Amino acid sequence: MKFSHAIVEKNVVILALLTLITVSIGGLVQIVPLFSIETTIERVGGVRPYTPLEQMGRNIYIREGCYVCHSQQIRTFRDEVERYGPYSLAAESMYDHPFQWGSKRIGPDLARVGGKYSNDWHVAHLKDPRAVVPESIMPTYAFLASRPLSVPNIQDHLKTLRTVGVPYTDDMIANAAADLKAQADPDADTSGLLKRYPKAVVGKFNTESPELTEMDALVAYLQMLGTLVEFSKLQPEDLHQ
Amino acid sequence: MSVAVSGGVPITAARPASREAYVEDVVRAFTIATMFWGIAAFTVGVLIAFQLAFPALNFGLEWTSFGRVRPLHTSAAIFAFGGNALLGTSFFVVQRTCRAPLFGGALPAWFIFWGYQLFIVLAGTGYLMGITQGKEYAEPEWYTDLWLTIVWVAYLIVFAGTLIKRREPHIYVANWFYLAFIITIAMLHIVNNLAVPVSFTGTKSYGAFAGVQDAMIQWWYGHNAVGFFLTAGFLGMMYYFIPKAAERPVYSYRLSIIHFWALIFLYIWAGPHHLHYTALPDWTQTLGMVFSIMLWMPSWGGMINGIMTLSGAWDKLRTNPSLRFTVTAVAFYGMSTFEGPVMSVKPVNALSHYTDWTIGHVHSGALGWVAFVTFGAMYYLVPVLWRRKGLWSQTLVEWHFWTATLGIVLYITSMWVSGIMQGLMWRAYDDMGFLQYSFVETVAAMHPYYIIRGMGGVLFLTGAIIMAFNLIRTVKHGQPLAEDRPAGLVAAE
Repeated sequence: MKFSHAIVEKNVVILALLTLITVSIGGLVQIVPLFSIETTIERVGGVRPYTPLEQMGRNIYIREGCYVCHSQQIRTFRDEVERYGPYSLAAESMYDHPFQWGSKRIGPDLARVGGKYSNDWHVAHLKDPRAVVPESIMPTYAFLASRPLSVPNIQDHLKTLRTVGVPYTDDMIANAAADLKAQADPDADTSGLLKRYPKAVVGKFNTESPELTEMDALVAYLQMLGTLVEFSKLQPEDLHQ
Repeated sequence: MSVAVSGGVPITAARPASREAYVEDVVRAFTIATMFWGIAAFTVGVLIAFQLAFPALNFGLEWTSFGRVRPLHTSAAIFAFGGNALLGTSFFVVQRTCRAPLFGGALPAWFIFWGYQLFIVLAGTGYLMGITQGKEYAEPEWYTDLWLTIVWVAYLIVFAGTLIKRREPHIYVANWFYLAFIITIAMLHIVNNLAVPVSFTGTKSYGAFAGVQDAMIQWWYGHNAVGFFLTAGFLGMMYYFIPKAAERPVYSYRLSIIHFWALIFLYIWAGPHHLHYTALPDWTQTLGMVFSIMLWMPSWGGMINGIMTLSGAWDKLRTNPSLRFTVTAVAFYGMSTFEGPVMSVKPVNALSHYTDWTIGHVHSGALGWVAFVTFGAMYYLVPVLWRRKGLWSQTLVEWHFWTATLGIVLYITSMWVSGIMQGLMWRAYDDMGFLQYSFVETVAAMHPYYIIRGMGGVLFLTGAIIMAFNLIRTVKHGQPLAEDRPAGLVAAE
């Protein structure tokens, strides 16, 4: 039997169905195995869910569109590893809803910015980037330093994240509001917070305001980026994908 | 044209002409919206281009900072300008090539028009207030996404319904592309935007996917927003407006079949080339690269089919304003669909990724292809829709064409230079084996190119304003057609 394309051209339903099948194949082949092949995400230790304050900082990072200028993905090149640190692992963004790998470096990569600069530097830089780096073309974010961080429904944020797959425990959710405040409060008892979220950076990030501000949250997030995995303890086999 | 579709069998004769009038008011509204949003998108583009050269232009305000305004520019260009052009022309083309008015009449079409404008306003105002999902070209939050889904389903029903009630035996090739665009965008939009809202009374949601899977799904979406929104849909435009303006059938019927199926099959695979050398597994990256290179073939097949349609009518390039833009658009399409596969090759991508080269590549497609084919369609449509003998001024079309073309050349050449330079500076080592440049030195080196790029944008915007002026004059003062026939009585379109 000779196939004639006229059959397809004369029937809207056949045309639409064949189109749908044709455009589905590529996505199915490329996406579905990423969920089923276990080695897609390297088995490395240390990666944990974000603290409530870090997660709120991350939301500010997303709100301000930081990702349009800053990547969070170090590629496997000598120059990138020397400039930014060990190349990024899939495991490091496994709790990122959404991922913030970015696509453009108008500014530098931030995947491992955590711990490289002091809290004061970050606050000064975000308030007026050119006061710290004269050639910078980054917008100013001074308003973050004076705006109180108000998240009355922080538990709902963590519960929603748990719904989409982040392993927040009941303990984490129960203590969410307290943890949110404690991380940026130098007088608080942070032992519970640090047990729930190892390696969390605690202390008053924005010293210019006694209140908990959006600046505290954003700097808390920046200061943990790329610090969770102990690269000195990794073997090449651990990174096999 | 119908001759071309049916593979040589003339089918235009002996068909009853429609007694119902085409739905044209809504197409006119889409035409106006296209021009309005186009100028808005280009204006915002010029602003953010100069923000990178002169950061004071962020004005120290959260609502006008680059991070919030850049999504406004991309969404305005793709979804507002491009989207209105696609919806409007698809409604025009499907009625004419089916010789049937829109399914459901004017009311559903008006719902789609106003529903789509509401989507644009919801999305755009949200960005300025910081309401975003943080996924490129999929920034609108969950409630805006839901609203667009409703509008899009209505669009699919009206478009496919019109195809079903057509009075032509064959579905014309332009409609295959429009249909594939509508179906695929629905699939991409729904999957990539799966999210759980924190509260049904709040704007914030968290996406269903995380990390590496989210990255893959996002670029499966993102690259096919290019492939189906900005390519397949606009190829539908090409397959109607070039043959109409040239008064020639499509060059090759067989080529258009191969073009269609190969293009829609291959495009979907190309997404991972946005994630070369990242934490995405190698096998996925390699697949993305290989299919991106294969994509060159259908892309150029389509280009050849569009340009060769002018065989024997090349002189019309001098006299027909619509053709001049659409054919130049196809030439730019050929150029950027050659550049794209080159950039998807991993070693090339190692240099080009994260740099302005990508931005230049996108704009050779967006300005040269998408905008130019839209301008060509608008120059064709406005006199037809408002029953004018022709455009108000041919001279202004010349001015538009050359200012816009010069603007594109400035844009893409400055971005080639800055992108390649930045990529090379990032990887440069000095004699001692240290990285030669700090990051901020590479930022400072971009300054002159950001100014040149901004000036290219100003020229392109100026051209669009000239066009809008010319079209307004055409509507208000153009010579009316002598015989004002109702549109529905035109048989063999």
